[in-house]
Amino acid sequence: MNATVRVSVIALFCLTAAACAQKQAVKPAPVEAPTATAPATTSGAFTPADLATNPCLRTRVVYFDFDKSDIKSQFSDIVACHAKYLRDRPMARMTIEGNTDERGTREYNLGLGERRGNALASALEADGASASQIKVVSYGEERPVCREHNEDCWKQNRRDNIVYTAE
Amino acid sequence: MRIARHLLVLVLGLCGVLFAAQAGAQGLTVQIVNGVPSAIPVTVVPFGQQGSGPAAPVDVAQIVGMDLNRCGKFRTLPASEIVQSPTTGSEIQFATWQQLKQDYIVVGTTAYSGGVLSAHYQLWDVNKQQMLLQNTVSMQGSDLRRVAHQIADQIYQKIIGVRGAFDTRIAYITMVGLGDKANYSLVVADSDGYNPQTVVQSHEALLSPTWSPNGQEIAYVSFERGNSAIYIQNIATGARRLVSDRNGINGAPRFSPDGKKLALSLSFQGNPEIYVMDLGSGALTRLTHNLAIDTEPSWTPDGQNIIFTSDRSGKPQLYEIPASGGVPQRLTFQGQYNADVAVDYDGNKLAMVQGNGNVYRIAVMDRSTGGQETFVSPGNLDSSPSWAPNASMLLYAADEGPNGVLYAVSADGRVRQRLVLSDGDVREPAWGPYRNP
Repeated sequence: MNATVRVSVIALFCLTAAACAQKQAVKPAPVEAPTATAPATTSGAFTPADLATNPCLRTRVVYFDFDKSDIKSQFSDIVACHAKYLRDRPMARMTIEGNTDERGTREYNLGLGERRGNALASALEADGASASQIKVVSYGEERPVCREHNEDCWKQNRRDNIVYTAE
Repeated sequence: MRIARHLLVLVLGLCGVLFAAQAGAQGLTVQIVNGVPSAIPVTVVPFGQQGSGPAAPVDVAQIVGMDLNRCGKFRTLPASEIVQSPTTGSEIQFATWQQLKQDYIVVGTTAYSGGVLSAHYQLWDVNKQQMLLQNTVSMQGSDLRRVAHQIADQIYQKIIGVRGAFDTRIAYITMVGLGDKANYSLVVADSDGYNPQTVVQSHEALLSPTWSPNGQEIAYVSFERGNSAIYIQNIATGARRLVSDRNGINGAPRFSPDGKKLALSLSFQGNPEIYVMDLGSGALTRLTHNLAIDTEPSWTPDGQNIIFTSDRSGKPQLYEIPASGGVPQRLTFQGQYNADVAVDYDGNKLAMVQGNGNVYRIAVMDRSTGGQETFVSPGNLDSSPSWAPNASMLLYAADEGPNGVLYAVSADGRVRQRLVLSDGDVREPAWGPYRNP
C-alpha cells in the first residue's frame, strides 16, 4: 500500500535560459599526487605539446583537507611544473576551478571553493606565474565528481581543477 | 484523489515511518511521515454539489483536510469515520460528531461551470453548536486548488488566530542527470507541492532562489555564463534582468522587506563580503570588511539589520549587522557550524543549518526566549531552511540516498511531510510570501 499522491511535473523547456556554456569535462584523477617529477629547472622551455605528454603537466587536480584551503606539500611538484609552464608561455591562460564536498551550505561552499582556487593561484604566482594569466572560478559543491555521502567520495570532490584556456 | 484519504488514515497511527518513493516517470510525491495525536480534531465533510453541472475537477474538502493536517495543528477525521454527509449547518447532527470527539466540523457545497469553481462552506463549533464562519470562494483556470487553500487559510485563522499560509507558493531547484548531461530547473509550485511550473532551466548550476516580497519575482544565482551571476526574474512573464556578474562570486541574494534593495555576497574586491544593492540605481553599499567568508545575508523583518554567515572566528557562525553598516555582533555559540539563516516574520525565530561533526540539522533559535535552540530535523545532511510566511511551518532539503528531497515540518518539529521529485535531486526550497486572494 502506497499512500502517495502523484502530480506530473510539467517539464517546460525554457530555451532562452538554457545557455551554452563551455564545459570542461572533469576527468577522474588519482587522489594521491603522481610520482612523476617535474622538469621544473632541468630541461628547456615547455611547449603546448608538453601539456599532453608531460606527466606532471597532465595532472590538473589538487586536493584539499576538509574545510581547508592550504596547498599540501605533496602537490608542490604540480604547482612547480604548471608555474613553469605559465612562465615559459606568457600567452598561456589558466582557469582554476575551486570545488568543495557537499557538507555545509552551498553559498558558504562557494566561498570555500574560491579560497581554494585563490590558494593555488597564489602558489603559482609565488613560483613566477603572472596573476594576469590565472582566473579563479568557484563552483562550490555544485560540480562533484563523486556523489556518495562518505569520506572516500568527499575527498575526491575537495579539489581545484586546472583548465588551460590558452596554451 | 481518493487515495489521499488513505493518507489521512495513516497520519493518525504512523509516526516516523517513511514510505519508499516510487521510481518511474517524473512526478512529485507528497507524503506525511509522522503526525501529532494531540492536534485539534476537525471533520471536513466531503462537499456536496450545487445544481446539475459537471462535478468539480478538484476535491475541495479533501484538499482542505490535507492542508489542516500537514500544518501540525489539526487532525482530521478519516473518511471511513465520516458517517454522515451534511452539506449545510441545518443538516449537522451534533450528537454524532460529539460522540466522535470532534471540536469543529466543516461542511459545504461546490459549483463548477464555465471553468469557474465556487465553494460555499461553513465552519461550526461542535460543542457550542455555533457557526463560526461561512464564506464563498471562487477561482478559475489553473487556480482551482486555491479555492481549498483559501478556505483552509480562513479556517486556520478563525481557530488559531493567525493568518493561514496554505494559499502560498514555494520555489525550489531540481537537478536531473549528471555532469555534462545535468539539467537544472528552478520550479515554482503551490505550498503543498502541486502545480509545479519550471520557470528557469539550464545545463549549468542554479542556486539560491529567493522571493521578492510581493511574490512576483525570484532572484537566483546561475552559472550559465561559466561563473556565478545573479538574476531577477518575473515569474509570470519570464522577463529577467542580470543584477550582478562581477568577477568572483556573485551569490546569496535576498530582497529587503520593502523590495527596494537586495542583500548579496560578492568577492570582486578580494573575498566574499556582504553588500546591499539599491535595485533602483544599482548602487552598492559594502557592509563587511575582513578576510573571512561573509555570505548568506538575510534581513530582519523591520529591514534594519542583516544576519549573515561568517567564518571570521574560524568556523561559520551567524552575525548581525545594521543594514546601514556598523559592527557585526555574533549571534550563535552552540554548535560547530551555523549557517544559512532563515528569519521568521516577527524576527524572533532564526532557523539555521547547524553542523556538528558530519551531522547537519536544522536548528531553530528563539531570540524571544534568550536564544534557546531546538532541532526540527533529524539529519544527516539537512539544509536550506525556509519559513512559511506565518512561521507555522518550515521547508528544508535533506539528502536521502543519492537524491535530495524536500520536507515541510511544523514549527515545533512534530509533523513532517516529504515532497519528493522521484526522478532527480530536489534542493533549496524557498517559501514565498502571502498571496493576494
